[in-house]
Amino acid sequence: MSGTAPASADAGAPVRKTDPAAPGTGNGRSLSRLTINVRQSGIYIAFALIVALFTVLTGGDLLQPQNISNIIVQNSYILILAIGMILIIISGHIDLSVGSVVGVTGAVAAVLMVNHGVAWPLALLLTLAAGAAIGAWQGYWIAYFGIPSFIVTLAGMLLFRALTLTVLGNQGIGPFPEEVRTLSNGFTEGYLGNIGLGVLGGADLFSLLVGIAAVAGLAAAQWRTRAARLGYRQTVDPFPVFVLKIAAAGVLIMAVTVQLARFHNLPWVLVLLAALVLGYTVLTNRTVFGRRIYAVGGNLQAAQLSGVKVKSIVFWLFVNMGVLSALAGVIFAGRLNQAGPTAGTTFELDAIAAAFIGGAAVQGGVGKVVGAITGGLIMGVINNGMSLMGAPSERVMLVKGLVLLAAVAFDVWTKRRAGSPLLR
Amino acid sequence: MTDDILRMHGITKTFPGVTALADVDLTVRRGAIHAICGENGAGKSTLMKVLSGVYPHGSYDGEIVFDGEPCRFASIRDSEARGIVIIHQELALCPQLSIAENIFLGNERARRRGLLGGLIDWNRTNHEAAALLERVGLPESPVTPVADLGVGKQQLVEIAKALAKRVRLLILDEPTAALNDEDSAHLLDLVRGLRDDGITCVIISHKLNEVLAIADSISILRDGRMIETLDAAADDVTEDRIITGMVGRDLEHRYPPRTPHIGEEVLRIEDWTVHSPSQHDRKVVDGASLTLRRGEIVGLAGLMGAGRTELAMSVFGRSYGVGVSGRVLKDGKPIDVRTVRDAIAHGIAYATEDRKRYGLNLIEDIKRNVSAAGLSRLARRGWVDGNEEYRVADGFRTRMNIKAPDVSAVTGQLSGGNQQKVVLSKWIFTDPDVLILDEPTRGIDVGAKYEIYSIINGLAAEGKAILLISSELPELLGMCDRIYTMAAGRITGEVPRAEATQERLMYLMTMDKEQEKVP
Repeated sequence: MSGTAPASADAGAPVRKTDPAAPGTGNGRSLSRLTINVRQSGIYIAFALIVALFTVLTGGDLLQPQNISNIIVQNSYILILAIGMILIIISGHIDLSVGSVVGVTGAVAAVLMVNHGVAWPLALLLTLAAGAAIGAWQGYWIAYFGIPSFIVTLAGMLLFRALTLTVLGNQGIGPFPEEVRTLSNGFTEGYLGNIGLGVLGGADLFSLLVGIAAVAGLAAAQWRTRAARLGYRQTVDPFPVFVLKIAAAGVLIMAVTVQLARFHNLPWVLVLLAALVLGYTVLTNRTVFGRRIYAVGGNLQAAQLSGVKVKSIVFWLFVNMGVLSALAGVIFAGRLNQAGPTAGTTFELDAIAAAFIGGAAVQGGVGKVVGAITGGLIMGVINNGMSLMGAPSERVMLVKGLVLLAAVAFDVWTKRRAGSPLLR
Repeated sequence: MTDDILRMHGITKTFPGVTALADVDLTVRRGAIHAICGENGAGKSTLMKVLSGVYPHGSYDGEIVFDGEPCRFASIRDSEARGIVIIHQELALCPQLSIAENIFLGNERARRRGLLGGLIDWNRTNHEAAALLERVGLPESPVTPVADLGVGKQQLVEIAKALAKRVRLLILDEPTAALNDEDSAHLLDLVRGLRDDGITCVIISHKLNEVLAIADSISILRDGRMIETLDAAADDVTEDRIITGMVGRDLEHRYPPRTPHIGEEVLRIEDWTVHSPSQHDRKVVDGASLTLRRGEIVGLAGLMGAGRTELAMSVFGRSYGVGVSGRVLKDGKPIDVRTVRDAIAHGIAYATEDRKRYGLNLIEDIKRNVSAAGLSRLARRGWVDGNEEYRVADGFRTRMNIKAPDVSAVTGQLSGGNQQKVVLSKWIFTDPDVLILDEPTRGIDVGAKYEIYSIINGLAAEGKAILLISSELPELLGMCDRIYTMAAGRITGEVPRAEATQERLMYLMTMDKEQEKVP
């Protein structure tokens, strides 16, 4: 029996007391609202501060056109992995094997394209299918057999590294076809020629138009969402805040686009990333499948008792992780123009760090795709900024470690202050 | 007066929103077996947790005098140092460790000095453990892992562990609830033997025949108050006398009025048997049959361990148990409810007794909890209509009077009553024909209880069938049209409202296997 849940002591006439512990009274409400806001936007503020810091420390080199392009291209594969990883972490699991899966899928792609001369689109598809198969293998042991994901993917880390070495025969295979290298390293063509931007010099018109279209699309989508919510009499941001948020996002997108247009047009991998971020954001927010990921991570038993097919959700999340790892594997191999035996080593740590810096909760149930991307970019900017400053790699590692610890400490701290029942 | 080993005086313990113990006095004679009886939630376990320091001094009002000295226990270690040992209902043994290791857990037999000082003396550990095992009558080797023992033997290991701590006051919380008759008899004999050795025992039990057989005094708690202490040797102390003390309570005006309109049979469960997932040969539910009709509120009464929740959860998509057999018929046709999805699809809903652990996603908001079980109703081809979800949730917020600024409020921060309304909303949204409500008012204050009762009556008026599982007999009597009683996994009675009294139900709920079923 639970000694903490006794019958109420005072009997008698029907008492219509108001519920005492209802939230949202007086100070408590505004305080908790504020805390939630800090928790949600803290990551973006931190990102802005880190960018500002390194801009100053590198004398502006960080924001140079070529450097922005570098940051995106150098971190693209980590960001792709971070998208899959955040979903896994939201569901309450972890995947330590992604680095090795990047290695083995890169090797598979190389063998297909280089050794066997398979046409690159078919080879890409086959590689993604291999990634899916790897994910299904791990998903089976985790979801249906019931082994903790930590163990299964730790084993996977060894297994797939071993497989990488076997497939490659312990040596690098290359070079990759032109198209694959373009996907990893290349840029859109100057389809519409250049346009003068005054003191900024010439820039690619096509890239600028894409940027403008992106901002317009974002604004229109936000506007429609807001209008629909108002139609249902939901509370929305006050109009000035709404405009300000879109303006901030618009300025950010255009600033990056202008710099990229000045350098070399849009990296293809950025186009791919944008599509993935958009797709997975919609998946997590708007689809039944996406919403159930949060339900599984938030309270497994409650989800099960609500009719959620918990095992199937976890299984497909690992399949998805496998496919994204394969995509990252091809892009990484294409970037180096060879599949190497050590490709992808420690990528899992970067992807996991990105997810946690980006606001995922250690117990699961919380996290956003955009957050993970921001977390990954924070790591990327620290890496890039410190190397521009000529810092030795051990110091970069030190800083990244401290940032990860600080981010999770902040998360735990805000949750404790908010009086989350889970931490008591 | 030195005759009393323990005096607790004016003990009051409150939790947010509820008073668990109100001004309770308890006096225990040295060398006696003292039983404490009361319904689920009467405050028995809370009182024992106060005594043993689980709730430290300062978290309750009142004073404890043990062996003539006032006590202010900051933790369970302090009370154990004085010789007060509590054995909880859920045994606190480490299954992978040996019997000897468990007996001396936290109390290890280490070498004091010399080169090996601080290291555990295994010879002494196993030797002393063997002596203790002999004393409790457990013929097992001290090196046997606890996991290899049955529950009855594990209970004996717990007692051996208490003896190792030089126990003077042993508290047993429902020691025989999970035991078979033979093990129970052995345990009770052992307790008598300990009394003859001068160890005082306080025993909490629902089994009144056992209480009468073993206890020297019987204290009765009800609604957090001490009602009376009876001398078990007196002639007039019978099971009926104890039951009267446990249930005597005023029922007026606590339940909203309702005129039942009872229709066709909607759900029938036949010969339902469920085995325990941890002990595959133990029947947790044993050949249970029951029926529910449209517009009817049916009660399911039973004491802790009677198998009520296990029955409900096993019907609801085999969420509990192994080796399930029996039939479920909906509207006269057999249905397959092997998964929770099947159950929901057949119009069955189950609101769990532990809403925090099994009912809600506490880190999510009201909206997403309300839609959790019926999300597909809000989706077209896998796409969720978030605005429609908001409208639905907000509708429930108004209809159920959920007190929160809006449906984006996180459920972890709501009061118990409001959380329960969210759980009910979730299930009502799946549009069920049958709602199984497991302890829907547990831990909720009186005002919110009245609201929950009104909601339940409203559901019945819509023609839904309600199975109300409750440990509070007045609640069942005040709400239900018919009441089933369960004991030891079996349905022991079916009582229509007009014939139901608390005494009658309590009699059926405490009925032993050997006793004849009395209609």
